[in-house]
Amino acid sequence: MIVESISPLLAILCPVIGSIFVALFGKWPNLRECWTMLAAILQCLIVFSMVPTILGGNIIKYTFFTAFPNVDFGFSIDAFGLIFAIIASFLWILVSSYSIGYMRGLNEHAQTRYYFFFCWAIFGAVGVAFAGNLLTMFVFYEILTVSTYPLVAHDQTPEALFAGRKYVAYLLTSGCFFLAAVILTYHFAGTTDFTNGGIPNLAEASRGALMALFAISLLGFMKAAWMPFHSWLPTAMAAPTPVSALLHAVAVVKAGVFGIVRVVCYIYGIDLMSDLGLGIVLASIAAFTMIVASLMAIAQDNLKKRLAYSTISQLSYILFGVALLNPMGVEGAMLHIPFHAFMKITLFMCAGAIIVASGKTNISEMKGLGRVMPVTMAAFTIGALGMSGIPPVCGFISKWYLALGTLEAHSLVMLAVLMISSLLDIVYFFPIIYTAFFDTPEGEEFGKSRIKEASIFMLVPLAMTAIFSIIFCLFPNTFHIMDLVKLAVAGLGGGV
Amino acid sequence: MLIVEHFPVLLIVISMLAAFTILIAGWRNKKTSFFISFATILVQFVMSIFILRHVMTVGTIYYWLGGWAPPWGIEYVVDALNAYVLVILLFLSLICVTYSKRSIEHELPDKIVSFYALFQLLVTGLCGVTVTGDIFNMYVFVEIFSLAAYALIASRGKIALKASFTYLVLGALGACFFLLGIGFLYSVTGTLNMHDLSILLPPLYGNRVVQAAFVFFTVGLCVKMALFPVHTWLPDAHSFAPSEISAMLSGIIIEVSTYAFIRVCFSVYSLEFITEYVPIFDFLCLVAGLGIIIGSVLAIAQYNLKRMLAYSSVSQMGYIMLAVGLSVSTHHALWGGLTPALMHILNHALMKGCLFLVAGAFIYKAELWNISDLQGLAKKMPYTCAAFTLAAISMIGVPPSVGFVSKVYIILACLDAGGWKIIFVAVLLLSTLLNLVYFWRVIEMMYMKRGEGEEGHSHSSSPVKVDDIPLSMLIPVLTLAILCIIVGIVWLMEIPVIGSFPILDRVNELFGLGVYAP
Repeated sequence: MIVESISPLLAILCPVIGSIFVALFGKWPNLRECWTMLAAILQCLIVFSMVPTILGGNIIKYTFFTAFPNVDFGFSIDAFGLIFAIIASFLWILVSSYSIGYMRGLNEHAQTRYYFFFCWAIFGAVGVAFAGNLLTMFVFYEILTVSTYPLVAHDQTPEALFAGRKYVAYLLTSGCFFLAAVILTYHFAGTTDFTNGGIPNLAEASRGALMALFAISLLGFMKAAWMPFHSWLPTAMAAPTPVSALLHAVAVVKAGVFGIVRVVCYIYGIDLMSDLGLGIVLASIAAFTMIVASLMAIAQDNLKKRLAYSTISQLSYILFGVALLNPMGVEGAMLHIPFHAFMKITLFMCAGAIIVASGKTNISEMKGLGRVMPVTMAAFTIGALGMSGIPPVCGFISKWYLALGTLEAHSLVMLAVLMISSLLDIVYFFPIIYTAFFDTPEGEEFGKSRIKEASIFMLVPLAMTAIFSIIFCLFPNTFHIMDLVKLAVAGLGGGV
Repeated sequence: MLIVEHFPVLLIVISMLAAFTILIAGWRNKKTSFFISFATILVQFVMSIFILRHVMTVGTIYYWLGGWAPPWGIEYVVDALNAYVLVILLFLSLICVTYSKRSIEHELPDKIVSFYALFQLLVTGLCGVTVTGDIFNMYVFVEIFSLAAYALIASRGKIALKASFTYLVLGALGACFFLLGIGFLYSVTGTLNMHDLSILLPPLYGNRVVQAAFVFFTVGLCVKMALFPVHTWLPDAHSFAPSEISAMLSGIIIEVSTYAFIRVCFSVYSLEFITEYVPIFDFLCLVAGLGIIIGSVLAIAQYNLKRMLAYSSVSQMGYIMLAVGLSVSTHHALWGGLTPALMHILNHALMKGCLFLVAGAFIYKAELWNISDLQGLAKKMPYTCAAFTLAAISMIGVPPSVGFVSKVYIILACLDAGGWKIIFVAVLLLSTLLNLVYFWRVIEMMYMKRGEGEEGHSHSSSPVKVDDIPLSMLIPVLTLAILCIIVGIVWLMEIPVIGSFPILDRVNELFGLGVYAP
């Protein structure tokens, strides 16, 4: 059933109004950050208020206007979209608090600009989650790209400017492909609405055209950082850590993956995908990325860079799950979106806390850090365990489903890829934990280090996300995530 | 006869009288010239809105000069197409004249009177081209606005003289071709009235003279509108002219030439002639496609901001001409026919007008000509830089700006035309990327590059004082910038609702294009 409601509009307006107040109160830091927090909490509440309606099997719609015949510019929220909206808006609250600690701790410049564009980035991300068709998604996708540029280039050092330039070059180029994909989809199918089981008219186009369109669509989602179009992500780590945390573990990259899942499941549909044999193509790309990115992560000494490569690898888990084109695989993929977000944001926030507290960015310098920053490193350990798929952290659940998906696809090769990749995760994460807890610090007497834990503003969010990572494993239905995923998968129809 | 039916001629008459009044009044008091010019253009703008309303509600306006019936006397005809162009033209003129008050006082303090007299002549010429229904009369007005433009471009002196001279030579050449075309047609039909020509010509379509005349028109007008291989006058002229003139040149003058081309193609000749006798439109598409790419590539190579914008105009003219070229092979109700081309004429006027005025603002404030001079300027001139950014992201085509709408409509038109024309989709997307390269460079320079002596983290809320341009310049700039977004949203919202935005539809109906194609 379709429910017309203005709650999506209200949710999306929160960051907009928030950004206006942030700009107005730029001279009073406390008030400014109050507004950010207020907007974040309000948005999160509104998003959560939509959960019961969606769980009741409804779709919430809000249409602004008709942009082209059969293409409305508007929102249409289903279970899958809501999952993304929930994590984006919930994590925004935590990251806002974390930002306060981080930005003040490092005494960063241009903080008003930072908070202002942060609001707009959330606006873009939630817009992508809510979008009811490809055109709407494209609009918010581009807003997301443009609004994160000032965040990536925040430091304004030559290095940061280069990162910003690379970021924009990659993502707006991909935006061009996205636009082409939108228009071609419209040209072939007469609409771009996300439809359970795929748009029926699309199957009437020729095979060659559909394959080309799929290639263009994939190129349009370089935000998913699949190889070989991943190199913007490690470079973008020049951004302040909260930006890396929210945008490069949650909003930006997840928008890319989210888009691909939308295209696979809601534009093409599972049946058409397997007819065309495109699942194999996507799975190969994803498998390649999973393995190679993990290998590259091992070689990184800079903690944020290592996390970036880990992100690239983990994002491909999601693509991998969808590419299996069966219920378990898709379920694993959809679960991995929120779960990876919680785990990776924990890791990034830990990296940021280490930078603020000790100024250290390289793993080799972190010897014995666990003794002076126990909370941070404990949270880091939880995140790392989860990434490697070890219970009782939520990464285990999603990987379990992914593994079941490979079995259901009768593909032992896929299973092997998944297992090898998980092993590599362990290879690059455990040395960090070892270094932090068991290596003795060089040149410092034990217990005389002047490094302390970071401020409470940072500690609380990272502890919370770590705890949530565990809760999600023990009670996967926290925030109704499991219900929503089941609902989304049940709606896909076709062979699923 | 309603008073509104006299407006076409009144537009020209008051404008021309104002030009001379400025000269005489300026003799006594320089200050009056701005006010006369501003008041005249304001009145003209209001008139043009009334004309548009009348055309849309009642129908085409025919005005016979001196009461002489058409084939003998000069006739002014205003239909949906002219009315639309007229409103854009006078709106941009109004913006530019408002902007010019302070900037001309600053830049050309001893030439104020002649500036406004010429500006008024320029507007006269442009209005004349737009309203006339007589092809020789059109030529006369083309010459009037061209002469005014030559003089205005030269008004800075020195290097601008060379720019103006190049334009003069090429522009005169273009006008010659145009005149030759008129002569050829007159020699075979004995008439100069467009409507009359359109009746007399069809039996003569096989005639070589008629076909040669068409080619002459095309070549002549292509020079005037700076289409790619004959664009060479444009970069110099745009970069050395006073900025409000650059804005006019890029925003409307070359578009008025496009209007003239459309008029000649569809009102003098007809769809049948273009598709069967001289099938030039496919060729135009190719040339325009090349222009889009080469204009953008050359823009990337520029270090002077106005020059960069000028090359960008070459590329944007390619967009318009590509859309015109596609118009005969598209049949969709929304993006068929001339709709995308006409949309982009308005959109380009808004975007490029804004960008040139901003470039002028930088020159006004501190003689900042080069892109590298703009380092860290956003702190000093926040509003101007914000306007630039809005217009620049429109040019790149970030939704929901006007540039995005144009791009989508032209791409849809390419797909609708089908066949080999699908390659233009790639051309347009590539051009978006090239636009991105050269506009992003400027944005980065303004916002992200640190000024000198600003190294490291400056926390103590930087002491850079805001020192923006005066309000009379800022308002026009911001108006255009905000319209870049608002008009974009209006396009998206209004067009799909059939009947809510009928002007463009009416144009297609008039010429039998798009859904009205036979």
